[in-house]
Amino acid sequence: MPFPLLTVTAAVPAVGAVVTAALPAATTAARRRTPKAVALAFSAATLALAAVATARFDPGGDRYQLTESYTWIRSFGISFSLGVDGIGVVLALLTAVLVPLVMLASWHDADPEDPHSFEGPRRTQGFFALVLAVEAMVLVSFLSTDVFLFYVFFEAMLIPMYFLIGGFGDRAGGPDAARQRSYAAVKFLLYNLVGGLVMLAAVVGLYTLTARAGLGSGGGGTFDLATITRAVSDGKLAIDPTVGKALFLGFFFAFAVKAPLWPLHTWLPNAMGESTAGTAVLITAVVDKVGTFAMLRYCLGLFPDASTYFAPAILVLSVVGILYGALLAVGQKDIKRLVAYASISHFGFIILGIFAMTTQGQSGATLYMVNHGISTAVLMLVAGFLISRRGSRLIADFGGVQKVAPVLAGTFLVGGLATLSLPGLAPFVSEFLVLVGTFTRYPALGVVATLGIVLAALYVLVLYQRTMTGPVREGVGSMADLRVREVAVVAPLIVLLVVLGVYPKPVADIVNPAVGATMADVHRTDPKPAHPAAEQPWFSYTTAGTDSPGGVAK
Amino acid sequence: MTAPATAAAVHTLWTAAGDNPAIPAPHIEYGQLSPMLVVLGAAVAGILAEAFLPRRARYTGQVAIALLGLAGAFAAVVALAASGHATTRAGLAAMGAVAVDGPALFLQGVILLVAVVAVLSFAERRLEPRGADGAPVDAFAPQGSAVPGSDQEKAAARAGFATTEVFPLTLFAVAGMLLFPAASDLLTMFVALEVFSLPLYLLCALARRRRLLSQEAAVKYFLLGAFASAFFLFGTALLYGYAGTVSLGGIADVVSGKAPVTPALSGTTGNDALLLIGLAMLAVGLLFKVGAVPFHAWTPDVYQGAPTPVTGFMAAATKVAAFGALLRLLYVALPGMRWDWRPVMWGVAILTMVAGAVLAVTQTDVKRLLAYSSIAHAGFILTGVIATDRAGVSSVLFYLAAYSFVTLGAFAVVTLVRDAGGEATHLSRWAGLGRRSPLVAAVFALFLLAFAGIPLTSGFTGKFAVFQAAASGGAVPLVVVGVLSSAVAAFFYIRVIVLMFFSDPKADGPSVAVPSPLTATAIGLGVLVTVVLGLLPQYFLDLADKASVFVR
Repeated sequence: MPFPLLTVTAAVPAVGAVVTAALPAATTAARRRTPKAVALAFSAATLALAAVATARFDPGGDRYQLTESYTWIRSFGISFSLGVDGIGVVLALLTAVLVPLVMLASWHDADPEDPHSFEGPRRTQGFFALVLAVEAMVLVSFLSTDVFLFYVFFEAMLIPMYFLIGGFGDRAGGPDAARQRSYAAVKFLLYNLVGGLVMLAAVVGLYTLTARAGLGSGGGGTFDLATITRAVSDGKLAIDPTVGKALFLGFFFAFAVKAPLWPLHTWLPNAMGESTAGTAVLITAVVDKVGTFAMLRYCLGLFPDASTYFAPAILVLSVVGILYGALLAVGQKDIKRLVAYASISHFGFIILGIFAMTTQGQSGATLYMVNHGISTAVLMLVAGFLISRRGSRLIADFGGVQKVAPVLAGTFLVGGLATLSLPGLAPFVSEFLVLVGTFTRYPALGVVATLGIVLAALYVLVLYQRTMTGPVREGVGSMADLRVREVAVVAPLIVLLVVLGVYPKPVADIVNPAVGATMADVHRTDPKPAHPAAEQPWFSYTTAGTDSPGGVAK
Repeated sequence: MTAPATAAAVHTLWTAAGDNPAIPAPHIEYGQLSPMLVVLGAAVAGILAEAFLPRRARYTGQVAIALLGLAGAFAAVVALAASGHATTRAGLAAMGAVAVDGPALFLQGVILLVAVVAVLSFAERRLEPRGADGAPVDAFAPQGSAVPGSDQEKAAARAGFATTEVFPLTLFAVAGMLLFPAASDLLTMFVALEVFSLPLYLLCALARRRRLLSQEAAVKYFLLGAFASAFFLFGTALLYGYAGTVSLGGIADVVSGKAPVTPALSGTTGNDALLLIGLAMLAVGLLFKVGAVPFHAWTPDVYQGAPTPVTGFMAAATKVAAFGALLRLLYVALPGMRWDWRPVMWGVAILTMVAGAVLAVTQTDVKRLLAYSSIAHAGFILTGVIATDRAGVSSVLFYLAAYSFVTLGAFAVVTLVRDAGGEATHLSRWAGLGRRSPLVAAVFALFLLAFAGIPLTSGFTGKFAVFQAAASGGAVPLVVVGVLSSAVAAFFYIRVIVLMFFSDPKADGPSVAVPSPLTATAIGLGVLVTVVLGLLPQYFLDLADKASVFVR
């Protein structure tokens, strides 16, 4: 038997969570370092394994690689099947990159305010164990090739996430912060749980259909993604259009809550605003990506006809989300809520790219998931450093920071510029691809969505102007610049933003074949270019991976 | 004796006694009935022990007798199942009165395990402060007959009395519950119903604390239960009028038109009015016992008033036994009527799921909350019952096993959270429990998540099994209602978790008592079953699947 690389990749953080939680209680700052170091070591090991998996992934090979399968619940045709396509492996790697950095950034966030309080001793372990638990569950969701296995972890990750949001705040929320936080945690959980339960009905329905078609071994049902996708495309599993639409909506609803798509987004600003900056990054850059990833893999793969049917409506919603998120971001007074609304706008772009049903759009959406993860992580983590120094989340409490903390201000600016998709930084490539991909099929929507970029410049630059420039405000004067640990968190992310902004080919090469396969699932081909510019050589772009997106050079 | 011959014998016994004055000596398969006989024997031994053992030896003696009896009965169930009585050698025993088949043996096994765990928590004596004479006391009134608050009661408490008769009472209830899902004719079913109900009425009244509430609960349970029993009995009579027999197989034959009509009864045999009204009345009796809406009104009051260990036992075991009987009635006697009873059951299931979930939202007492949750779960189980196929039976069997251990565990945790007035069941008192006692709060949170059906717990596997069976049976709207009410239900489970973990503890909040190994074992078993059935359910799903064929 070959080495079960993917299982081990997902199991390492799970084991790490248990080990971290089981470490003896720590009462002093020095002793609290042990659980932190242990957790960081486990997440670093996960990163190494994910990197090996990415290196061993052959973009030109089979659709699903490094596959493993073990029977789990035979009665329902459920197996513990892991495997990656280009999209899954890239997102798994993103997760594995972000988690150690989040841990490093949150190094002191979970320390008890009062070391002698009764909640003290195990708080630190709790935080780091929960982060590892989330990582493990997210990895299984990205790696799973079994619908049921995916569903189980998609749902189960809510529980550690819920405790992370509700249990640990950023200490900048004012007198009723605990109540606000608990409200945010419950809202997060209920929204996602309702989404998940609706999906459960659809999962049951799908299973019933496969059982009726006798797809499983011994004529029963099955949850194996590849089997179902194949049966859908060769007609062995004929899904009645009405039923197919209902099932699609069941799946899509859960993913749209998770992603989140307007108008199901309202939990995100609360959850990101009240939790620590590290948790906020986990939510928006890691957990929410499962939602958009699942749209691409499950909605499109399992229900191609229904996806095509609903695509226009979903596109309209995502354009509304782009503008709505951006407009609300402009009006925010709270830095973290601003980032949250900006993320809602960006998720609109990702969903737009997925359902535009063009190769550029979907490649762009996948790259967008990666780039948005990195850029939001920079912006949010630096914002977290800023907030922890001042003890306030309000934009009005800051001003002139660049004079006292230039490195902090500089990194914040890079994160901000990445968020507004400045050419040369990674998000530009993906946003451009999404817009081009949308424009070729739905020109009007493409034009309207472009307004989102303008608004992004507004909310990012105004935020920077009001917090970083101008006279040094009271309470900011003594602000320390970034420490070594904090620079170590931000530096690799900024390097990634620049490298992927200039040379996205390595990621694009891994992603493109998988996007091509997804397009084949939905029986869609790119529309013939209606615009002469699209026939120009600099524009040419194929899924074979010979050109880089954006068409830099052959 | 083979099955048809047995049915014929019953037929003769009940319908044609006039022609054949010599009543035949019944043929009893003692081996196949041994689970029930062992428990009944242990119950009788318990009564003798109550009468003859000296007071200080009674507690130990009773607990030992109860545990040995239950363990012996469980061994008998396992032996019967191992020798094929659940599958290939399944058949009727005791002249067709008792079925020894897969569902019966599976449910008997579950009931016996539940009873073992329940007896462990009944026997807990470390939670209550010691009595006046320094002797440890349990959760039960020192003297059941004493008026609450009277001098007589105080004297009984001072004298260190203990109601050790709860153990034989429990054993009688268990014996009835073992017979209930195995009963293969309506009269045996009725007798079983009464055998397990009467001890439960008594047990409900025996709380040491809040005795008036406890007695009120017992009276309500008794009165409503008596009505339900009357309905059941009347339904039995009407069905006898319809079919000329009370055996489930015999009724099924008449429904399908296969049975010869007895001339003396030809006036009523096959009269559909009798059948429909009788069926409705039987359903009322059984739905009362499972706590389905609209026959649920007793559940919150009784769950709240009864001593908490008894509540846990009742909530788990009664539901198992009653669903077993309901399945047998609907699948063995009335499969031919399913086009008539399915729409009604649809309505009942929808009402039960929705009402249970919605009403639970406003509850402020943790025992009432769990009561409404049990109502909602009855609705989920009913969706599996409605499937009317083998997958339906096996999913219900699995769900019952999963649910009963979560329930036992949850109620056992409730007994631990206490203040000066006994158990602190008001939810506001639980605020901040997660910070005071993280372990207890985490265990309770696990049970709540299992109730809510979160993946990787037994509750999710069970819910998936019944919903899948229902969807395959064509009851898709039921599944949709099921997931929506799950979402509502999730809200109030989550609310308790929020309260425990994210609220600030009250200064005078309750303390968590350190239990003896007895309750600790009960809770530990609950956790174990919850996790194992969530992570590795295949073996138990297979077991439930193998056990899912009823014998006629």
